[in-house]
Amino acid sequence: MVKEIERAGIPVVHMCTIVPISLTVGANRIVPTVAIPYPLGNPALSADDEKELRRSLVRKALRALETEVHGQVVF
Amino acid sequence: MTQHKIRIVHYINQFFGGIGGEDKADFRPEERLGFVGPGQVIQASLGDTGEIVATIICGDGFFNENIEEAKSIVASLIAKHKPDLVIAGPAFNAGRYGVACGAVAEAISEKHAIPVISAMHPENPGVELYKRHAYILETGKSAAEMRKVAPQIAKLAKAIFDKEEITPETHGIIPRGIRKNYFHKERGAKRAVKMLKAKLAYQPFKTEYPMPVFDRVAPNPPVLSVRNAKIAILTSGGIVPKGNPDRIESSSASKYGKYTLAGLTDLTSDSFETAHGGYDPVYANADPDRVLPLDVLREMEKNGEIGELHNYYYATVGNGTSVNNAINYAKSIARDLKNDGIQAAILTST
Repeated sequence: MVKEIERAGIPVVHMCTIVPISLTVGANRIVPTVAIPYPLGNPALSADDEKELRRSLVRKALRALETEVHGQVVF
Repeated sequence: MTQHKIRIVHYINQFFGGIGGEDKADFRPEERLGFVGPGQVIQASLGDTGEIVATIICGDGFFNENIEEAKSIVASLIAKHKPDLVIAGPAFNAGRYGVACGAVAEAISEKHAIPVISAMHPENPGVELYKRHAYILETGKSAAEMRKVAPQIAKLAKAIFDKEEITPETHGIIPRGIRKNYFHKERGAKRAVKMLKAKLAYQPFKTEYPMPVFDRVAPNPPVLSVRNAKIAILTSGGIVPKGNPDRIESSSASKYGKYTLAGLTDLTSDSFETAHGGYDPVYANADPDRVLPLDVLREMEKNGEIGELHNYYYATVGNGTSVNNAINYAKSIARDLKNDGIQAAILTST
């Protein structure tokens, strides 16, 4: 999916836990996440800390979208 | 001829190991003596030619979230039994299981020089990642084929043990991308001309060197500043409005959904849930922002960190979904995004 979005001319960042799969499917901007059932969270944290974790991951993804890449990059 | 019984160690996941479903996906590697689960039909197919001396079970979640650690634990549990051969799977079209089987094959074949057999659907990501490290038999998508695959595994095990030459043509394995040199009866020029003549006459011919297919898309230029950009969010993690109005399937999804985010600042368990059948849904159901981070994106929209969040999100279930379907969904989504003037996208996967 990520490749077809990219092909259409829209820069896209893939946020996922299993980075090797993302590399195989051909994502260019990749941000590794926390765990398969909760990529953007962590139930072991307090609600505030969990949200801060999510905020920092999304910020990382936004920086990836603003970064020029020439091939696949894991941020 | 087979001299003694082939010593085999079998690697399986938590589901086939009878430990549990997605709620037990974090199960750490453990060993059992003898066969477990699908090992029973494989053992029956092997008859007297081989024996599954031990079975190693590991949760797919644990393995994929800790690939290096899991690989080394599983490899040492396997190596301890000094097997002649390792069987991993079959994983059919289960992506994380396929990756685990492939990674086990990589560790075992590289560190211990023990051959590994697995079996998967050709679209399993484990195939592309690890085909060089295992003899992977081609299967269909579902475990309903276990009884069909077991005798093929047994036959391949014996062939490997008897040091037969294993090729995709003779043994039904997925090509590993390995080339072997040998002397052909006919010189290359003659073979090439024969092939050309057949081609010109519209007759069948077979290339000796199939070109690898590299479907890579070059990255687009970055957005200058996300502060001025309209951003869309997509997920393959199956987040849908509560009740799953489009009835997106929990695996092998036949569709995607487009849902409004207008007026929403947070996803809650009252109005959203996951339809994904390939991971433990407890955490995403309790707080769907863990998969589709609407809460923080709305915050960022408000404080100017991003220009605008698109008022619709797109979701499908990436669980055994065929590559062709996924391509079609994304093409159609991308057209939509273009029409709506979206400048950048975030796609989350579980």
